Amino acid sequence: MVIGPVDLWQLLARPRIGELLRNTLTLAGACMAATAALGVVLAVLVERTDLPGRRAWHGLLVAPLAVPAFVNGYAWVSLDRSVHGFGGAFLVVTLSYYPLVYLPVVAMLRRLDPALEESAWSLGHSRARTLATVVLPQLRPALLGGALLVGLHLLAEFGALSLLRFPTFTTAIYDQYGSTFNGAAATAMAGVLVLLCLVLLLAELRLRGDRRYARVGRGAARSSVPLSLGAWRWPTLGVLAGVVALAVGVPAWSLVRWLVVGTSTEFPLADLTEALVATVVLALAGAIAATVAAVPVVWLAVRHRGRVSTLIERSTYVANALPGIVVGLALVVASLRLVPPVYQTAALLVAAYVILFLPRAVVTVRAGLEQAPAVLDDVAHSLGTGPLATARRVTLPLIAPSLGAGAALVFLAISTELTATLMLSPIGTRTLATEFWSASSELRYGAAAPYALLLVLVSIPATVLLMRQERLSLQEATP
Amino acid sequence: MSSSSRPTLRRAAVSLAAVTLTASTLTGCGLFSSPDLVVYNAQHEQLLDELVPLFEEESGLDVELRNGKDLEMANQIVEEGEDSPADVFLTENSPAMSIVDNAGLFAELPDSATATIPDQYVPADRTWTGFLARSTVAMYNTDSMTEADMPASILDFAKPEWKGRVAFSPTGADFQAIVSAVLELEGEQATADWLAGLKENGEIVQNNLVVMQSVDSGEVDAGIAYHYYWYRDREENGSDSDSSALHFFGNQDPGAFVSISGAGMLASSEHQDAAEEFITWLTGTEAQQAMAESYALEYPLNPDASLNPDVKPFDELDPPQVDVASLNGPQVTDLMTEAGLL
Repeated sequence: MVIGPVDLWQLLARPRIGELLRNTLTLAGACMAATAALGVVLAVLVERTDLPGRRAWHGLLVAPLAVPAFVNGYAWVSLDRSVHGFGGAFLVVTLSYYPLVYLPVVAMLRRLDPALEESAWSLGHSRARTLATVVLPQLRPALLGGALLVGLHLLAEFGALSLLRFPTFTTAIYDQYGSTFNGAAATAMAGVLVLLCLVLLLAELRLRGDRRYARVGRGAARSSVPLSLGAWRWPTLGVLAGVVALAVGVPAWSLVRWLVVGTSTEFPLADLTEALVATVVLALAGAIAATVAAVPVVWLAVRHRGRVSTLIERSTYVANALPGIVVGLALVVASLRLVPPVYQTAALLVAAYVILFLPRAVVTVRAGLEQAPAVLDDVAHSLGTGPLATARRVTLPLIAPSLGAGAALVFLAISTELTATLMLSPIGTRTLATEFWSASSELRYGAAAPYALLLVLVSIPATVLLMRQERLSLQEATP
Repeated sequence: MSSSSRPTLRRAAVSLAAVTLTASTLTGCGLFSSPDLVVYNAQHEQLLDELVPLFEEESGLDVELRNGKDLEMANQIVEEGEDSPADVFLTENSPAMSIVDNAGLFAELPDSATATIPDQYVPADRTWTGFLARSTVAMYNTDSMTEADMPASILDFAKPEWKGRVAFSPTGADFQAIVSAVLELEGEQATADWLAGLKENGEIVQNNLVVMQSVDSGEVDAGIAYHYYWYRDREENGSDSDSSALHFFGNQDPGAFVSISGAGMLASSEHQDAAEEFITWLTGTEAQQAMAESYALEYPLNPDASLNPDVKPFDELDPPQVDVASLNGPQVTDLMTEAGLL
């Protein structure tokens, strides 16, 4: 689609774009701030205090990862229709996305060398001051990485915001494509969205700085002495219970209610099974492909830092902020023109997933490789081990947990992907997400419930895997 | 280190096994098998899920549905061109049919497929046919409004006195079909003014069901939608229509526009015989009666089929005269984009 500069300006300088820009920016800003604050506070409470039942709380706080944002949106809006607009979108998105900050911050807290904190105490700093001046600054990469993921997720979020009636660029692009498919207005909006994504990436790059965080030697790291909550113990427990009730309790209650009320007459077992199998197979294939593709990208970015390698790494993020429908359309056009036989095959759909979700694997694998000291590779080389053998015997084992975590994140993302799946899936293929969407957008809440339940069940193993990776790294760090 | 490289290899082997399993499962699921007829369906999914098994049983053909929205699928078919896997295209509204027709992608239908449908619902060149109809209506909240409070014309909803009181769903093909009728009947300027007024005054919601909910709950006094949403809800449980009623504009007002669901056969189809058989069946008395008796409550166009008598009869609607083949979808979306609705 070719349009002149004048037409383009007219499309961009209209009130609708301003409205969408305001909506998108306020929601992204508010949600990134809220998830960052919530993620850090919860992580510190669970990791650094004598809170009773810390392990159980950890599990409950990660659990929202297994509830896709649009299932959460459905759960809230079907219980109470007044949950919409900015307030509803802010609430639901924050509750769905805060684990994206919480998890990396927890992982970071577990890896920090307590020697630094102990030095601060020995110099007479209070526990609170040490937390603020020694611990929090070290959390910066995890916090920024998590907040970046929240921002990028939000720029691409379609299902939840559509159900909650809060228009952003992504929902507007979807509406435009739904009306014109390849229209100039949709292309112009997609362009603005890509710019927003670039701004986010550059901001993160500047804030992150170029410090390195790897620590050599596993022996030294110990867990820190937990901070005693004293009289604050009960109010703190109340806050945690409140977060868990809102983030996990409400969707669980809503789902059970709709399963009981709405689907007594309808439980299409054959359809459910078919959608379940298609979802799991596609998500597994996509997760493996994306993780494999992430390794060379991360390798270049971490071990061969430079403008070009950073550019390659960052360019993968851009696709993440594109709505699936934009990537879907691009692949429709490209495949029809270049390789017609792959059009509407599972292979093309998996390719779309890799383009869309590569950054999730990159972020996670990158965190793993940054923790794997390059000097170990050098030692291996100096001992006469070749590059491939070094990769196999030294680096891969070190980053294996992060590969698993990356694959799990991608799996979660694919199993709930909607728009590209609708457009590119082989004829007759229906996934849990598309079936859920078709029922919930027609307000058949009861019919949507079994699909929502299966979406949650399918997400649980990947969520547990994400949690287990964190625990493994804890065990490694504290022998 | 060397001790932990073994699990890595094992993990790699497991991954490989998973990929192999994936490929074989995809084949096993029938993802690569080819059906006798591929239908791109933008009509309500639920209706076709009810109908297709009847046709499959009667014809012995294996039909595969790909579901989507009117304009999205129409444009996708245009993008696919000769390579389109679609044999038949079904829509909710006629502007999407025009998009595919204008690209010259439909094949002329045989007489058997259009014989039972009145002439005004089939384009002159017989490249597609209407098969169901829906009437534009205004819904109003019966606690706050009476029939006498409702405007004489759908154009009146753009007036300031309706500010914050009328819900509509501009992003769906349903509303866009209504706009295309306004455009056809009133011209470009009047349509642009009307849309600007609606943008200023109206409550924009996700789809027609939400329009109905908003009216019923009293969030707004009135809403623009099609007749069957209200009747269906009445028929099923009445939960979203018990505090609302329908206002039919009649008098050949643009607000009495009757929108046509279309069925067409792609010229690129390699299964033309099956496609012809399907469309002929779809317009025949048996399928039309099945649709009339389904949950759908849309008007069958075959005069031999009759709808539930609780629904306002088709011949009492008094719609405006609009040529079904002339409705201009792309111009409508341009006007709506300019008005800031898209």
